[in-house]
Amino acid sequence: MADEDDDIILADLNDEELVEQMFDDLYDGMKDEIEDAVHILLDRGWAPYRILTEALVGGMKIVGEDFRDGILFVPEVLLAANAMKGGMAILKPLLAETGAPTIGKMVIGTVKGDIHDIGKNLVAMMMEGAGFEVVDLGINNPVENYLEAAAAEKPDIIGMSALLTTTMPYMKVVIDTMVAEGIRDDYLVLVGGAPLNEEFGKAIGADAYCRDAAVAVETAKDLIARRHNQRAAG
Amino acid sequence: MTDALTELLSTRDWLMADGATGTNLFNMGLASGDAPEFWNIDHPERIRTLYRNAVEAGSDIFLTNSFGANASRLKLHDAASRAFELSRLAAALGRDVADAAGRKVVVAGSVGPTGEIMGTVGTLSHETAVEMFEETAAGLKEGGADVLWVETISAPEEFAAAAEAFANVGMPWCGTMSFDTAGRTMMGVTSDDFVRQVDALPNPPLAFGANCGVGASDLMRTVLGFAATGTERPIIAKGNAGIPRYEDGHIHYNGTPELMAEYAVLARNAGARIIGGCCGTMPEHLRAMREALETRPTGPRPTLEQIAAALGGFSSDSDGTGDTPAPKRERRGRRRS
Repeated sequence: MADEDDDIILADLNDEELVEQMFDDLYDGMKDEIEDAVHILLDRGWAPYRILTEALVGGMKIVGEDFRDGILFVPEVLLAANAMKGGMAILKPLLAETGAPTIGKMVIGTVKGDIHDIGKNLVAMMMEGAGFEVVDLGINNPVENYLEAAAAEKPDIIGMSALLTTTMPYMKVVIDTMVAEGIRDDYLVLVGGAPLNEEFGKAIGADAYCRDAAVAVETAKDLIARRHNQRAAG
Repeated sequence: MTDALTELLSTRDWLMADGATGTNLFNMGLASGDAPEFWNIDHPERIRTLYRNAVEAGSDIFLTNSFGANASRLKLHDAASRAFELSRLAAALGRDVADAAGRKVVVAGSVGPTGEIMGTVGTLSHETAVEMFEETAAGLKEGGADVLWVETISAPEEFAAAAEAFANVGMPWCGTMSFDTAGRTMMGVTSDDFVRQVDALPNPPLAFGANCGVGASDLMRTVLGFAATGTERPIIAKGNAGIPRYEDGHIHYNGTPELMAEYAVLARNAGARIIGGCCGTMPEHLRAMREALETRPTGPRPTLEQIAAALGGFSSDSDGTGDTPAPKRERRGRRRS
């Protein structure tokens, strides 16, 4: 951190300016600054949940939108997510203590035979950035991994990713197994990956195909809200 | 000694590469999630058939069944130590088929991405990546590949690591990236960026280009982007046969042989010298492409409108090159260093 004349001293900013600055710093992937700012807001008496939603989730929303619109690309998003993670690491234990609400839980993994986890990692990060609890199964998951995690974690959403033509049909294997076990409708199933498209998602029986991580977040929020409404109505 | 590809390029205006590997292997019974490279040992006759089908459909070049034969990908199948062996076999089977073809056919040793992230936020170091690529490259060389061919790359760091590995084994090579995100690669590389990287390499490839991606139209736009730089290096176009659909339990790409024939001619008009397909491109597509390339004259470079009219629209408005830079976000001010 150089001390040039035009440096901004985070602690000198008022709350509103500081949150705006955090949006910029998230955008630029500046982890140290995000961590500093989280501490400052905590010292000023902000509730952890408020910092998460207003500063971190707010900032990652801009990153997500610019990623969706082809303005930012994967390297920038990874840096931003890394900065957000720094902030989250401070907030996580505090959130648990204060019993803050989560908007939903997701189990996510790349399917069997597929090592490509960049897209999956982005989705996991953006979902966390949006306030979801995410259980990451990693790469190369056979159907058993998804089923075990579903039983153990009781997520709202199961997310599957595939980046290869040779692995994308495996998503259907997972969904078919869920149907056979009678648990398909207990979860929202989201799928994504470069070779996929909406039609493919429908054909294999997923709830939605998500073109990118930003769309995944929007879709997840939307489907969870709809499901709540349905349950309330039914 | 001149390599087989350089030789062919010096005598022909255009060459036809092959089509899909994965899609074809599925049709032969490969199960989803299994490593196609194991078939080099378990079903060598099927791999020979895969190669032979491409050759008989008119391909001058075919890629070996070694896309995933690197330690990083094979470790998923508890076979990280077998990258060399599986690559060598992939090339050796290719050598058999090429030598029996009765004409000059190039065996291009396919080298796919590691699947890991490099660069500042990544987990894979340059040294490890070079080592991995070198192992695959050495196997392909030993098996008798004419050239190496790295494909479906998104990150400039990974492309550079492959190039270095190929220099270490002393093989001529080709390389393609996959431009699937708003006209750029997943990592944000534009067609223009890629040309500059290729030109600056100490051991530049014999030919470079684009493979896979979104569909034939987007790939054509990328090829036009390459050509617009004025590069003299032969350009490779290897587009998918449309987009994938799931039908009757298997993947089907919606691009017809007629569409791929159209694409092949347009790709040549756009400036590509090596033209092939990628996912979904079956022997019937290749036959239609070959026939079109042989019977139709080379025409003027197509416009984006002509491409869209012939092959369908683009997945994004811009490809990130030219005078229309992406709008930048309004910022609050300076950035700390």
